[in-house]
Amino acid sequence: MSALAAAPAILEAKGLSVRFGGLFALNALDLTVRRGEVLGLIGPNGSGKTTFFNVTSGIYPAAAGTIVLDGRDITREPAHALAGLGLARTFQRSRLCLPLSVFDNIALGAQERLPQGVIDNLLRRRTLTRTVAALAEEARDLARLFNPDLAQRLDEPAVALGMIDRRRVEICRALIGRPKILLLDEPSAGMTHDETNQLIDEILDVQRSRGDLTVIIVEHEMGLIERITDRCVVLNYGRKICEGHFREVAADPTVREAYLGHS
Amino acid sequence: MLMRHRSTQDEVPRDALPMAAGVRARRTSDFAVFAAVVAACAGAVAFLVHAEDQRLVLSTLVACGIAWFAAARFRVIAAVERGAAGHPWPTRLVLVVACLGILVVLREDNFGLLMLATVLIYATVCLGLTIQLGYAGLSNFCAAAFLGCGGYTAAALGQAEGIAIPDLAGILLGGAVAVAIGSLLVLPLLRTRGHYAALTTLAFGVMFNVFLDANEMLGGPQGLKLAPITLFGWDFSNDLSLFGMTFSFYANYVLLCLALTAAALALVGLLDRSWIGIRLDAVRLDEVAAQVFGLRIARWKILAFTLGNVLAGMAGAIYAKMTGFIAPNNFTLGDSLMMVSIVILGGIGNRWGVLPAALIVVLLPEKLQFIQEYRLLLFAVLVILVLVLSPSGLLPRRTRTLVAGRQA
Repeated sequence: MSALAAAPAILEAKGLSVRFGGLFALNALDLTVRRGEVLGLIGPNGSGKTTFFNVTSGIYPAAAGTIVLDGRDITREPAHALAGLGLARTFQRSRLCLPLSVFDNIALGAQERLPQGVIDNLLRRRTLTRTVAALAEEARDLARLFNPDLAQRLDEPAVALGMIDRRRVEICRALIGRPKILLLDEPSAGMTHDETNQLIDEILDVQRSRGDLTVIIVEHEMGLIERITDRCVVLNYGRKICEGHFREVAADPTVREAYLGHS
Repeated sequence: MLMRHRSTQDEVPRDALPMAAGVRARRTSDFAVFAAVVAACAGAVAFLVHAEDQRLVLSTLVACGIAWFAAARFRVIAAVERGAAGHPWPTRLVLVVACLGILVVLREDNFGLLMLATVLIYATVCLGLTIQLGYAGLSNFCAAAFLGCGGYTAAALGQAEGIAIPDLAGILLGGAVAVAIGSLLVLPLLRTRGHYAALTTLAFGVMFNVFLDANEMLGGPQGLKLAPITLFGWDFSNDLSLFGMTFSFYANYVLLCLALTAAALALVGLLDRSWIGIRLDAVRLDEVAAQVFGLRIARWKILAFTLGNVLAGMAGAIYAKMTGFIAPNNFTLGDSLMMVSIVILGGIGNRWGVLPAALIVVLLPEKLQFIQEYRLLLFAVLVILVLVLSPSGLLPRRTRTLVAGRQA
């Protein structure tokens, strides 16, 4: 903990607000995430957790405030530029390209390394074979971290996979771009309790093996949050209401009130 | 279960280990199946195009339909695909031989050759639509307008006094003009999605028609006449004599259209098996996720739209030169819808499906004259029937398998 507290900030939001008409989905949020930390972002439904992910990954514009990623202001960067700056995410509802093969889905996350030009793509076929071979190797290694069986199924359409494997492929797609920070939006959604625990263990293994990978996780399952996060931030109505280790946060009366309402 | 079965076949190691004898034998037999099916299809095409007796046409069609579904049912189509994918160059050779065979059989049938060339023109436009609609997911309900752009470019070049532009340049220019006029649509197309994008292109197609009707310089509703193509000194209005046989002059156009269609097929194939193909698929399937993973949506949409329009424009220039006369009513909304229906009937995103679908859509209304006004009704019923029996088209698109290599 103390080592983490001293680590430099990798993501820093200052006075961040997002508005939908008259509603503040995020209201002057200050949030600092340190390098290598696993941060849990929790709060009741509609408290602004996913909105924070969406504004950070450039899908929503910020109404006010700034977001700094590894020393660089990314508040106004378009979504497609952020992957190249080291930000990757998953989605609450699994968003794989289901008719495409597992490999195609994972390779999409490695945009920075894929040839961009039309001539390069269409006429330099050797570049294609080479990039496919390199990425297939990498995709296989990544998939093996999660499930050795998955590594054998790279050419199968993603639609043939079960929910837990789809989640794994989504995380592989995010990791193959070698991000500095990974945003996980409710990885447990649509899975059983056991599957969730298994997936989380795998995520933790990957995170530890990658040293300085920072993870922000939005999750409703508190047992899971308690087990894996170094620190938690609690949101309610777009505001930060509490911050600290899970045990401190869980004991906080404002948090209890936000979740359970007045008794 | 089906999936599982397919995957176990795919897992046969191909590069690392020496190929098992059984696998090699199966690949060879797959290729034999492929060659036999191509020969049968070529025979059926030549017969259908040539046949005059309407009952014969109808019964052949029914037989083809039954054969098709039997082939799909007993995995013959899958074997054909494997056979073709396993031997790329022999496959091309077989296809060229089949095309030349059809040409030899129909060598004196003017109307048949004209129809065949028209089928190829439509197939080329639909390959463009495959890039736009099938890959990038861009609705384009004005493909006929881009065909018209190419046609009217060729016609206008012929009208111009004193400047002689070679016909090859005219065809390329047709593609360029289609792209230039299409660029007017880029902004609305990037800002709309789904039904809204469809409506935008629909409106554009109608606008294009009204513009042609009103424009005196482009002949108004009467249209324009065109001279035949002269390519590298060879006048396309001359009959061809080859190997002691005389081919109707329309064979010139069929050969030119074949070349264009082959080029389009190659382009679409290269695109599909490239990183651009994967990106276009991602843009179609999930724009938000694609964006988050670093894709510039606008860039890939514009590329797909442009490539599709080039093909339509070039096909249009050849089409106009071939028929020798064009008018606004060659490029109506109905034609655009027909092109979209070809893509859907063939199997969205499968470049080979476009060929049989274009054949059905172009040929059938011509061949079934005997029921007069009801022929379009019968045609519509047939399209619905195919889609009921095989909802993803005649040749559904397969999952791209880059890791296993070409042997999908």
